Amino acid sequence: MTQTSTTPTDPPLAVGRIGSPRAPRGRLFTWPLLIGTVITAALVATSLFVGVYDIFGTEDGAQMFAITRIPRTAALVLAGAVMSMAGLVMQQITQNRFVEPTTTGTTEWAGLGLLLVMIVAPEASLLVKMSGAVVAAFLGTMVFFAFLRRVTLKSSIIVPIVGMMLGAVVGAISSFMALSTGMLQSLGVWFLGSFTSVLRGQYEPLWLVLVVVVAVFIAADRFTVAGLGPDIATNVGLNYNRIVLLGTGLIALATGVVTVVVGNLPFLGLIVPNVVSLFRGDDLRSNLPWVCLAGISLVTVCDLVGRIIIWPFEIPVAIILSVLGAIVFILLLMRQRRRG
Amino acid sequence: MIDLTSVAKSYSSEVTIGPVDLQIPAGGITAMVGPNGAGKSTLLTMVGRLLGMDTGTIEVAGYDVVSTRSKDLAKIVSILRQENHFVTRLTVRQLVGFGRFPHSGGRLTPIDEEKVSESIDFLGLQDLEKRYLDELSGGQRQRAYVAMVLAQDTDYLLLDEPLNNLDMRHSVQMMQHLRRAARELNRTVVIVLHDINFAGHYADHICAMKNGRVEHFGTPAEIMTPEVLSSIFETPVDVVEGPRGRLAVYY
Repeated sequence: MTQTSTTPTDPPLAVGRIGSPRAPRGRLFTWPLLIGTVITAALVATSLFVGVYDIFGTEDGAQMFAITRIPRTAALVLAGAVMSMAGLVMQQITQNRFVEPTTTGTTEWAGLGLLLVMIVAPEASLLVKMSGAVVAAFLGTMVFFAFLRRVTLKSSIIVPIVGMMLGAVVGAISSFMALSTGMLQSLGVWFLGSFTSVLRGQYEPLWLVLVVVVAVFIAADRFTVAGLGPDIATNVGLNYNRIVLLGTGLIALATGVVTVVVGNLPFLGLIVPNVVSLFRGDDLRSNLPWVCLAGISLVTVCDLVGRIIIWPFEIPVAIILSVLGAIVFILLLMRQRRRG
Repeated sequence: MIDLTSVAKSYSSEVTIGPVDLQIPAGGITAMVGPNGAGKSTLLTMVGRLLGMDTGTIEVAGYDVVSTRSKDLAKIVSILRQENHFVTRLTVRQLVGFGRFPHSGGRLTPIDEEKVSESIDFLGLQDLEKRYLDELSGGQRQRAYVAMVLAQDTDYLLLDEPLNNLDMRHSVQMMQHLRRAARELNRTVVIVLHDINFAGHYADHICAMKNGRVEHFGTPAEIMTPEVLSSIFETPVDVVEGPRGRLAVYY
């Protein structure tokens, strides 16, 4: 405990160590990522060639391939990637591992927005319906975030419970409105995520989510900094509120578009980022390719399972995701409790 | 120099800070001491522009903290608050790397990497740099956060109770690191301290606060007296000549 820096407990001076070879933050493209890409590509290819219709044996096989298989697989890739990323961004800006669009009510708000457009303007184009869903999802998520800030429930488990309760309330309002306008059935169809009805000429607006994918890649570091809290974000010169607003906007866009075109994909944004974080930590930028690949693979596998298990019929992908997601959700909760 | 001119903030009719007029000289360590609720942390947080004030102005190195762009300020002053509740799964090195954000915007250059390594070495975290923050002890994590603000390479460094969570040995090491940062790297360190003896031993200036106001500002020799300390902390304090300098005894 002397004042001089020669005591044995004193760490050595930095001089002489500087410049020694140290691992930088990690390259983006590595062998494991390459292998992951190959596996994902294989799954995507499998999706293209699995289905009831024999695309090789019949004359119009190539046409059917273009009308259903390519759109369906493209939708799987886009929705899988973007919803996983939406979950990841949401978890960073709320500093909570258990939130994602389906555990915060975002999807229910999107559904309500969609329903309102369908009631007010039944003949509206898909783009208008989507705008309604996106705006409602944005407003609803902001309501949820405002609530979070007020109560500062950082203790992780309460947050998704409150979110799901809020979602249930919004869902109930939607159901009531659908019931009284005779649209309950179409609401159910819209909501239950399924890629069965994805066809050429109908799914194209889904390509809009590419905007979200690109934006998240660009703003990745900002979201990671936001995940360190408002104080640290401000300290390094970022506007925390602006990052939250940007994140919410991107999440709403992704959720709104996917809800309208595909439907609800429960727990996708929860499973994928958490599993990736378990192996690779929370550095958003270097995780993003993994989150994309894992999201695409998971949705594709679930969709393939849904297509195969009651062949020649199909089970909506949302049901398989729900079962899987519930299991992962409980495992995560138990892991969290063990770690205290 | 950090220059506060009639800075005030009120939370309610009973709890008010200021008005505070204070000049903290550039260079060296300035310790802020005082009883709980004296407003030390609040004042530090306002200097670091994390909290707005009701009236008055604060300038750091001539830059007004309210009107200067946050991005530019981040290259002049860095602040670390005491509570970091949420533990992200970043490695120590990744976290320290984000201290370079004001300079590189996240894309670390070789110079940034060098600064990061320097900062990690400075706090003796070499062996932990690949570990995740949630696998570290509270004290190790605290050091990692200090390494992060150190890597930010600002002339002014504001730390709110960085000795929290640290045991005796690491508290002493932390203060030695900070003193080295002040002397060798020419930083101005402003630090909220709970232990008056740490302040008396390591600080170049002590700012003693009470009831939202600055009561005394001076060298440790001027502040470490029974009269000043007893009035600040409202408890009888004796000051004795110890083997390594003056010690406040209040037990």
